[in-house]
Amino acid sequence: MPDGIAAHADPHRPASGFGGAGHAPASATGFGAAGHHPALQHQFQTLQQQQEAATLGMWIFLVTEVMFFGGLLMAYLLYRVWYPEAWSEGSLELSITLGGFNTVVLIASSLTMALGVRSAQTGAQRATVRWLLVTMALGLTFLVVKFFEYKDKWELNHIPGPNFVFEGPHASQVEIFLSLYFALTGLHALHMVIGFCLLAVIAWMAHRRRFTPEWYTPVEMSGLYWHFVDIVWIFLFPLLYLVDRAHQAG
Amino acid sequence: MSGHVSPKSTYYAIFGALMLLTAITVTIAFINLGTLNFPVALSIAILKATLVILFFMHVKYSSQMTKLICGSAFFFLLILFVLTLSDYLSRGWFVAPGGTAGAGTQVTVGPPAPVPEPAEPATGPETTPEP
Repeated sequence: MPDGIAAHADPHRPASGFGGAGHAPASATGFGAAGHHPALQHQFQTLQQQQEAATLGMWIFLVTEVMFFGGLLMAYLLYRVWYPEAWSEGSLELSITLGGFNTVVLIASSLTMALGVRSAQTGAQRATVRWLLVTMALGLTFLVVKFFEYKDKWELNHIPGPNFVFEGPHASQVEIFLSLYFALTGLHALHMVIGFCLLAVIAWMAHRRRFTPEWYTPVEMSGLYWHFVDIVWIFLFPLLYLVDRAHQAG
Repeated sequence: MSGHVSPKSTYYAIFGALMLLTAITVTIAFINLGTLNFPVALSIAILKATLVILFFMHVKYSSQMTKLICGSAFFFLLILFVLTLSDYLSRGWFVAPGGTAGAGTQVTVGPPAPVPEPAEPATGPETTPEP
């Protein structure tokens, strides 16, 4: 209708600044129709709003992940209350050296991930790729160490199941401990593998210079995921490796 | 729109704190604190997780809404733990008329308990000579 066109041509509206001398109608946000950032999706008014929505969505996903691990941790807690002796026997079977080494590796990978996100924020594209690759290398180190821990358990027949062998007074209760050990660390390792693949994609995108200081949401979101996986391990390490070491030592 | 950019020194400081806390938690694990070992190890883990969440995950600089969602994760986790344990751990505290105190307190695993030997008078005549 002519009325609508007249409203857009209202001289009181600020000119958009994009698309020439005001012949392109200005949107309510002041962006011209063709003037917004290419990464801005049409349902959002600003990039900031878009990133806020993405962050919120990612956090809601992480809450469901917390509950995903929460069920297993609940089982862990209850069986630990019931079978404290089996828990200390089972925990002694785990190598504190390898577990501690992996803890250091994973926390270091969180540091490099945070620095990678920071590089993306400041527009240092080559540094972003470099930090992401370092993070992936540390993640891979973790998984390799984990593989050798599992291999050791395999050779000792400590995998719960029909061939499970364990010398000790609480063998079948230790089997429950080791079941939870494999469920928790296995689920964690699966998250590591997924995170590794995510970072590979993000590193490739960063290499192709897809990110700018205005839009680096995928880097930030993968960072949140990676830090979450780190937090899970921060809890798993004392829960699985450090049960009752003091009483066993002396 | 680049959000909050933390200085690199913040990240290195947090990393240092996390390493220190890891060393402390391993050291304390070998010191006998009796029943306190588990709560102390858990507290250190919660402290480490808080540092990661606040600084590495930028929640300290996020909106109130994000903080609320993040907090809700631990709220729901607490409901899961507290309600479940309050059921399991309180079983056997009270006995219903006609019930037994041990009902449902623990899941039995392991080889079945050995069948007790029959009492002396019930055994055959070959083991108890007639007077």
